[in-house]
Amino acid sequence: MPTIDINGQPRAMDVTDDMPLLWAVRDVAGLTGTKFGCGIAMCGACTVHLDGEAIRSCVTPVAACTGKRVVTIEAIENDPVGQRVQAAWRELDVVQCGYCQSGQVMQATALLRSNPNPSDADIDAAMSGNVCRCGTYNRIRAAIKLAASRKGA
Amino acid sequence: MNTLPRRSFLKFGAATGGGLLVSFALPLRAQPDRKEKPAEAAVGQAAEKATGEAGALAHNAFIRIDREGVVTLVMHKVEMGQGTYTSMPMLLAEELEVDITQVKLEHAPPDNERYGDPLLGGQVTGGSTSVRGAWVPLRKAGASARTVLVATAADRWGVPASACTVRNGVVTHTASGRSLHYGQLVDEAARRPAPADVKLKPAKDFKLIGTPVKRLDSPEKVNGRARFGIDVRLPGMLVATVAASPVVGGTLKSADEAKALAVKGVRQVLKIDNAVAVVGDHMWAAKQGLAALAPTWNDGPNAGFTNAKLVADMQAAAAKPGAVARNDGDAAQAFAQAPGRKLEAVYELPFLAHATMEPINTTVVLQADGCDVYVGTQVPTIAQGAVAKLTGLPLDKVRIHNHLIGGGFGRRLEVDSVVQAVAFAKKAKPGTPIKFVWTREEDIQHDMFRPYYYDRLQAALDAQGRPVSWSHRITASSIMARFAPPAVKDGVDPDAVEGAKDLPYQIPNVKVDYVRHEPPVPTAFWRGVGPTHNIFVVESFMDELAAAAGADPFEYRRGLLAKAPRERRVLELAAEKAGWKTPMKPIEGKRVGRGISVQFAFGSYLAQVAEVAVDGEGNVQVLRVVCAVDCGQVINPDTVRAQIESGVNFGITAALWSEITFDQGRVMQNNFTDYRMLRMNESPTIDVHIINSTEDPGGIGEPGTSALAPAVTNAVFAATGQRIRKLPIGEQLARKA
Repeated sequence: MPTIDINGQPRAMDVTDDMPLLWAVRDVAGLTGTKFGCGIAMCGACTVHLDGEAIRSCVTPVAACTGKRVVTIEAIENDPVGQRVQAAWRELDVVQCGYCQSGQVMQATALLRSNPNPSDADIDAAMSGNVCRCGTYNRIRAAIKLAASRKGA
Repeated sequence: MNTLPRRSFLKFGAATGGGLLVSFALPLRAQPDRKEKPAEAAVGQAAEKATGEAGALAHNAFIRIDREGVVTLVMHKVEMGQGTYTSMPMLLAEELEVDITQVKLEHAPPDNERYGDPLLGGQVTGGSTSVRGAWVPLRKAGASARTVLVATAADRWGVPASACTVRNGVVTHTASGRSLHYGQLVDEAARRPAPADVKLKPAKDFKLIGTPVKRLDSPEKVNGRARFGIDVRLPGMLVATVAASPVVGGTLKSADEAKALAVKGVRQVLKIDNAVAVVGDHMWAAKQGLAALAPTWNDGPNAGFTNAKLVADMQAAAAKPGAVARNDGDAAQAFAQAPGRKLEAVYELPFLAHATMEPINTTVVLQADGCDVYVGTQVPTIAQGAVAKLTGLPLDKVRIHNHLIGGGFGRRLEVDSVVQAVAFAKKAKPGTPIKFVWTREEDIQHDMFRPYYYDRLQAALDAQGRPVSWSHRITASSIMARFAPPAVKDGVDPDAVEGAKDLPYQIPNVKVDYVRHEPPVPTAFWRGVGPTHNIFVVESFMDELAAAAGADPFEYRRGLLAKAPRERRVLELAAEKAGWKTPMKPIEGKRVGRGISVQFAFGSYLAQVAEVAVDGEGNVQVLRVVCAVDCGQVINPDTVRAQIESGVNFGITAALWSEITFDQGRVMQNNFTDYRMLRMNESPTIDVHIINSTEDPGGIGEPGTSALAPAVTNAVFAATGQRIRKLPIGEQLARKA
């Protein structure tokens, strides 16, 4: 029975080792902010942090997460960078249907933590795995730059 | 414009537990001119038919104001990204004089009578209608409530109402400085009659309308707390995933139930004629179980269906005249006698899947005496009617709990998946909550597709290069014949010809006709519906005419829009802002070009200029899109911009890559690997220019998409000389390179 640390809380889960983290988070832990989009790591809706790195939870088995820290959208406001990203998202009204935005926020937070001043090319490289069917890309880019401009604030 | 019947518009009453309940009607609006789409009214008829209720002139319980002064607006529309959960409260708050943050929203339960759309006639979110329908009635309801609340305060103080002011839900007697907030007035106000008539603010006094009010749903959508249908969790709930026959009309042949049930966490296998579901403790068990189940199928009569066969059939159908949608002058004779160039072309558009980011899902709790359905739907009453029919339950025992929609685009105007889920639930233990979730593969392969279109065009020019004859024959499935049969008049599907019939250009002889041709697979609305097909065809062929006349595509169009001033104005503005007259900067190793399109659709006027670069392999990148929009009175300019940005990006995906194809009756695409989506690095700069206007508001959710494809393909023509007559662009340029 794997035990997973999700948002600082260790949870013993009666699931098989090969279960993707996505379903452990959504259906077992009941944290529905992380979304199912494609199941094959092609859309980024399921993005969470594993020891601070953005990963696609739909293809990451729970066995690969034991002994590591999983952070989901529900707890990203505890991270100062995550908080800035969320604030920028709200300020520029990035969201539309909103379904992909948990993944977008998690991906952008990971980007800004490793690269506080990303160029357009850096943003493209980091964010192009996250599909937004509503096409909010222009605002996502602007919000990442806004969040970057506020570091230390 | 205001055609609201005074006698039955408004009623006040006491809310349960105290407070004021404002009930009002959203009556069906008269259709004064060509700008009102009969197609839209007919969509709602489907909703009425589903529940046997009529929409117009009923009293609708929309607004409650409680003793704390909190205003609750029961939303007759559902939010799917378009911003309606912000624009609707803005209309109310403007006249009620409350802060927008004082307005709380609730999803409406299914009820055509209470929550029908005035344009659509039923409780439907679609067709870019929300603001257009609510523009007058919602403001009027707010103004009526404010008037009575102020009168109540004034009477309590023994002063004239005219001596009072109101701001942020607080009534103040200016001279004495006394004040009361709405919550202190509601119980007394509820006993008063609604005012016979109220005056609405002139546009110059708007405080909220026309300003970029922040979306009310933003905070919960950036912290993961927003609840979509797929996020439903109920005590004891199980999760199921589904496989339907890969060929429409096929049936289940075999399934290895024992193997599926051996998977840890699998609880049950549910079988219906044409599909199977595996129920488990969670989605992973259900998915594993379905893989183990390995269902096989009898393919049925459509086993041989292919795209090639469909197109051959459509080509044959298109040889015969269709039902006439428009006939000005004599297009055939004018074509025969024209002194100038004659052009003929065939245009084709593919089947499209919606590919909403939230895969299709429905949660059902079915018991002997009632059914609860948890789902994000654009058509709650149609869902309710369908479930009642399937279960034999009375309508009021079918409870539809609507949710935020993770992308609609027309997909959630359909209830096929709701019906399927309830059919499965009938086979399960009564009272067990089951969430049915389609995988992405199931979602794409079992979508209800935007129809394939086969369009034949013919035009002739006079000696000066001006068009004297234009004929357009549309061959396609009729969505309306299935969805809202009364909308089809004299054989013309109004959706199939929308954007073709109302050609804005001055051409003396015009004929538009429609040949209905049904494929074996179901067809459905897709963002931009009729115009997304026809504007591509019309604006591409108009570009062909300009080229044949040796004219500039912008000037050529402008010359034909003398009697269409709003179209002409957006065309001019888009061209000016795009720098149409200045050549694009060359890019090494690429061919670049600009294209233009103009349209009237969904009550709004739009023109777009697209700039593209085509590389050596024939890949198209859209670099920039400049859009000029006249959507009448703007409620929220930031929402208008957001919807244009969204429509443009959505349109690029379709124009460049999207197509669903069939072989052996099966859909050949299955996930984002082969049904490609536009990504961040492929998204262009988008400039939106909004024309100030106090005309009635137009719709904005869809026009950005319908204008996009022709602007891009005309730009491809400018860059490469190759005319794109078949979407998507795909590999077409590579083959020619």
